Amino acid sequence: MGTKATASRRTFMKTAGATAVGALAAPYVKTAYSAGKLKLGLWDHWVPGANEALEQILTRWGEDNGVEVTIDFITSIGNKLLLTAQAESRAGSGHDIYSHAFAMVPLFKHRLVAVDDVVEDILSSQGPIAEISRFSAFLDGAWRGSPSPTGTLSYPTVARRDLFLEHAGIDLTELFPAGGTRDPAKIDGWDWEAFLQAAAGLHAAGRSFGAPLATTPDGSAWLAHLFASYGAAMVDEQGELVVNSDAVREVLEYLIRIAEFMPDSVYAWDDASNNRWLISGEGGAIFNPPSAWAVAKRDNPGVARHIWHFDVPRGPVGRFRAFTSFFWGIWDFSENQSAARDLLRYVAQPEVVTQMLRASQGFDLPMIRSHYNHSQVWAEAEPPAGVLYNYAMLGDERTVFAGYPAPPEIGARIATQQILPTLAALVTQGGETINDAIGWAENELEGVLRG
Amino acid sequence: MRVLPPLLRRKPAVAVLMCVPLFALILGLVAYPFFHALFLATLNKAETAFVGLDNFSFLFGRQTFWMVVRQSLLFALVAVVFKALIGLAAAHAINTIPTKGQRKWRGMMLIPWVIPPALSTLGWWWLFEPTYSAINWGLTKLAVPAVPWLSDTFWARFSIILVNVWVGAPFFLIMYLAALKSIPGELYEAAEMDGAGPWQKFFYITLPMIRNIIAITTLFSIIVTLANFDIVRVLTQGGPLNTTHLFATYAFRVGIESGDIPLGAAVSLFMFPMLAILAFIILRNVRRRAASLA
Repeated sequence: MGTKATASRRTFMKTAGATAVGALAAPYVKTAYSAGKLKLGLWDHWVPGANEALEQILTRWGEDNGVEVTIDFITSIGNKLLLTAQAESRAGSGHDIYSHAFAMVPLFKHRLVAVDDVVEDILSSQGPIAEISRFSAFLDGAWRGSPSPTGTLSYPTVARRDLFLEHAGIDLTELFPAGGTRDPAKIDGWDWEAFLQAAAGLHAAGRSFGAPLATTPDGSAWLAHLFASYGAAMVDEQGELVVNSDAVREVLEYLIRIAEFMPDSVYAWDDASNNRWLISGEGGAIFNPPSAWAVAKRDNPGVARHIWHFDVPRGPVGRFRAFTSFFWGIWDFSENQSAARDLLRYVAQPEVVTQMLRASQGFDLPMIRSHYNHSQVWAEAEPPAGVLYNYAMLGDERTVFAGYPAPPEIGARIATQQILPTLAALVTQGGETINDAIGWAENELEGVLRG
Repeated sequence: MRVLPPLLRRKPAVAVLMCVPLFALILGLVAYPFFHALFLATLNKAETAFVGLDNFSFLFGRQTFWMVVRQSLLFALVAVVFKALIGLAAAHAINTIPTKGQRKWRGMMLIPWVIPPALSTLGWWWLFEPTYSAINWGLTKLAVPAVPWLSDTFWARFSIILVNVWVGAPFFLIMYLAALKSIPGELYEAAEMDGAGPWQKFFYITLPMIRNIIAITTLFSIIVTLANFDIVRVLTQGGPLNTTHLFATYAFRVGIESGDIPLGAAVSLFMFPMLAILAFIILRNVRRRAASLA
């Protein structure tokens, strides 16, 4: 039976797969109290087959450790993952372990137990974690979530290389090759102006670039890297309102220009719409993780073999890519926190991460840097050969998320309240002047900042 | 034979006991949530300190909130008017059918009302889908330009009102049909003998006789329509540009999705005084008319 007692770590156990990766495999720490039941509320993966692989891994761990593991896969469509977390946190009952996307950890930190012992063990044996991931989950001096084996992703440019070559005159496989050496001078020219020219060419050919300008996480994500690359922020590191800036004006002016080449339907898109846009063959480019490609491979192979993932365009202050870290947190009402901690340690092991990278066909990205060394999934993915090679960030991109660089609690609310897409839509569709739109954003952000 | 305890032999005591489940339901599902919402609305964002009416005064300074107020009123008024008109016309049409054939029509007309709205709205969403709308597919086959059902403010508002009318009109239909059937046929026969035409019969007999039902049905519908959540949530999630948010969906966005439960509670409570005043006026008029008829 589970217990709330936090036992001292008694044994260090190497998992079976650790042998395969030799000294790189970290010791998996098992407490004396791994038993009883564990209920997991996990993010429902976009990539076909990934849920089943994770379920197998967890079930096997449960059998090996005498823990009865039950899993509910909860979709993020319609924000159901967030809504279920909200319901469980207020009711004080539900799952023991729950998947939290980056913005959810700050929102629910008051109900998530500190897992410093778990994360410090993981980091000390496996090396550093991405700084943006630390920013999301290391709150007020304590880790409120541990790295999830699935869900962490980024938003590269995803485009049809045949259409880019024909209508934009850009050979994506030459600019962003799958292996070999990149040409820094050419890549430096891959900026938002070059992207605008490409979007114009695609639009003229009836194969437009599409990205949500609607209140959906994908909408916030691509706008986050666009805004960051212009140095445009809503709220700064100190929590001060800085939306009324020249940088924000510059981004909004750019958005007015590029919206001319996007379909009108983007104002009502959800997170699946951009996937459908590319998979159907109607769209020429989107910003998205490789789920669109993975589904196209199954449903429309003729499109999939032309898809290429590559770097986000550069802006005046640099090149950024939206990055979403996923964590597993333990609710404070969990009655089996000891087993939950054991499981968090286990799923962060390189062999588990590597299995899931393969199962997700490279959709997931590790947030612990050393885990990139254990998998060739991005280099091996096909068709076409090298389609995901540049998904694992190889160039000068820095990571960002909606609300960055505001303090996590404020950034999380900027993200969940979807202020970026609404601001963008106000000037591109709503007919508001840029100053009026910024005035609206200031008014909204006062709500975000209030105590 | 067992003898009941003295308390249970008293009719008032039995009546009270039998009402206990109802009281428990009202206390648990109406009174408690209401007072808890009132309590939450007086807390700060972290729910750690009492702030009185600060959440309400904060809301009054929000542009988006006032837009939601205007939209909610527009949505409720337009939808209720159309539901009432369509319900009245359909009730009249069915009432003219011989009694034997009425049942199947009543059953068919009630279908939109009995399907769970979240499910039927999902069907509408497929029809309106932003990029691959089934309706637009048909329109383009007829060389008619596609309509931005969910991505343009006017059409998005039109769409949510249309679906609300589709779901809600059968409620009016069934209420009006019941009211029409309660009107004595002799009144119409006497009016015909006096040479009254169809419109005169409608305005001087039908309308006065069903006025109370119209008032009560309208009141119920305004309350339900103003509190609507599922249609907007499934179809537009409040977009584009927040221009289809209603009180409930905006409260949900602010309270649940953004984690500011006290402010969300304040949004949802805002409609309570409006509805209370409306209910008071309508029910007072109904009582007065009932008294005058008696």
